[in-house]
Amino acid sequence: MKALAAAAVALALLIALALLAPQWLVFMAMLALAKGVVVLGLVVLMRTGLVSFGQGLYFGIGAYAAALLSHQWHIADAAVMLLAAAAAGGLIAALLGLLLARYRDIFFAMLSLALSMILYGLLVKSAALGSTDGFNLHARTFFGMAFASGMERRVFLIAGSACAVVAALMVHRLLGRHWGRLASAVRDNELRVSYLGASPYRVVYVNYLIAGALAGFGGALAALAVGHVDPETTYWTTSGEFVFIAILGGTQSIIAPFVAAAIFEALRTIASQYAPNVWQMSLGLAMLAIIMFQPAGLWSLAERWRRSA
Amino acid sequence: MNAVLTAEGLKKSFGAVTAAANISLAFDANTVVSLIGANGAGKTTFLNMVTGYLKPDSGRIMFDRRNIVGLSPRQITKLGVSRSFQVPQLFQTLNVRDNLLIAESIAGAKDPQAATDAALARFALEPYGHQQAGLLPEGIRKLLDVAMALSSRSKLLLLDEPTSSVSADEKFAIMDVVMGAARAAGVTVIFVEHDMDIVARFAGRVVAFYDGGIIADGTPDTVLRADSVRRYVIGDEVPHAAA
Repeated sequence: MKALAAAAVALALLIALALLAPQWLVFMAMLALAKGVVVLGLVVLMRTGLVSFGQGLYFGIGAYAAALLSHQWHIADAAVMLLAAAAAGGLIAALLGLLLARYRDIFFAMLSLALSMILYGLLVKSAALGSTDGFNLHARTFFGMAFASGMERRVFLIAGSACAVVAALMVHRLLGRHWGRLASAVRDNELRVSYLGASPYRVVYVNYLIAGALAGFGGALAALAVGHVDPETTYWTTSGEFVFIAILGGTQSIIAPFVAAAIFEALRTIASQYAPNVWQMSLGLAMLAIIMFQPAGLWSLAERWRRSA
Repeated sequence: MNAVLTAEGLKKSFGAVTAAANISLAFDANTVVSLIGANGAGKTTFLNMVTGYLKPDSGRIMFDRRNIVGLSPRQITKLGVSRSFQVPQLFQTLNVRDNLLIAESIAGAKDPQAATDAALARFALEPYGHQQAGLLPEGIRKLLDVAMALSSRSKLLLLDEPTSSVSADEKFAIMDVVMGAARAAGVTVIFVEHDMDIVARFAGRVVAFYDGGIIADGTPDTVLRADSVRRYVIGDEVPHAAA
């Protein structure tokens, strides 16, 4: 009930932001939301004790799936794009997960990184997809409804927000039940999980699939915001950003990824505005500060505040 | 009596070491059997073969009239074979209650919360419910390990040295709790044990292992007094003439 109320408030705020904020802020909010959804998936995966340094793979797949729909098949409906992107991410994750779910720790992290870089290599080499330049996408309708120019992005933000809130609620439900405890159990002791009669492989596989689908969705949302896709979406620095945001927020709450993504985007915008040559260093220092002083993420501040209140 | 578990001609070797040399054993329902023997005699290898962790080189293991050789630990657990470990296998970062809740949920208890409450009570773990498993004293960790193994679907409970690394004055108390819970659950118990006082007190039958084979099998009275057992398992000096 509390979660539902929080979701309703979050959605109302996002809709207000989408309708009232200036275009640049709407754009930033879309990007933050897109990354928040990807990190939400990463958090699901991290519950099993696994960190993927290759979520850019699914982010890129989602972005390119949306762009290809518009480019190749002239489908300009944002709703179709978002759903197709999530499906594409989930589908590829379902395939690669068969392999990856066998690996743990650094092997899992490196293998996921390698797979994302393979896609990066393919995209850079394929002239038909614009190689390093990528190509544009145009979304003009949502579920067949057309909007005045300038309104599109606002509508897409509302749609993205609704989907993100639903996804976050579903993840919250999932992790609050047996599945969430089972994921922690796999992180702690796989031998015991097997000897209780459950399959650690299956837990990792399903969580990987969820993470892939969410990252695909996030990729499409980002592509809708930018109106353009390029191989950078699958590059390792993009994947690194997601891990950065996950650590920034912490993995104990499903709201944390979104708050952290918003802070990250704001931090980056401000840093590149006022210190264009050292903005990456500013982010690096922020990361250093988090790891040293708030290793459980910013969310632990909120937890502490709530407990003392 | 009908046998719950029957091993027929189990053989297993690791290189030149014979861990199981043609072992045949049958375990009747609702009995408590202790496996004794020096380190390396093949007791844990036997447990590992029964639970699917190791595959015997040859032989059959029948559980509930079904050959379970070749099944995975997970599949065998699902059939009703549960085990605890010499080193407790817990979910270290979770609290005691969540450890049990996960076990009962996986076991498919109709009401996992209620089953968890019952398990906490049965194993006298209620005072520790909200403590993190990784921070508990060893005796409590041992109890929790057994409590997780003994879920609502267990038919056969295998305990690998349930009182090892527990202080001498705690051993009997822990075994009292474990055996009481096992009896209440109506499961068959096979436990590996080095402390002969514990064996004499809790086992209805004792099987002595030596060098991958069985050198004695019977009631505690007869087995613990057998010369071969005193010599090779307990380590007593046995007069040569008697041997």
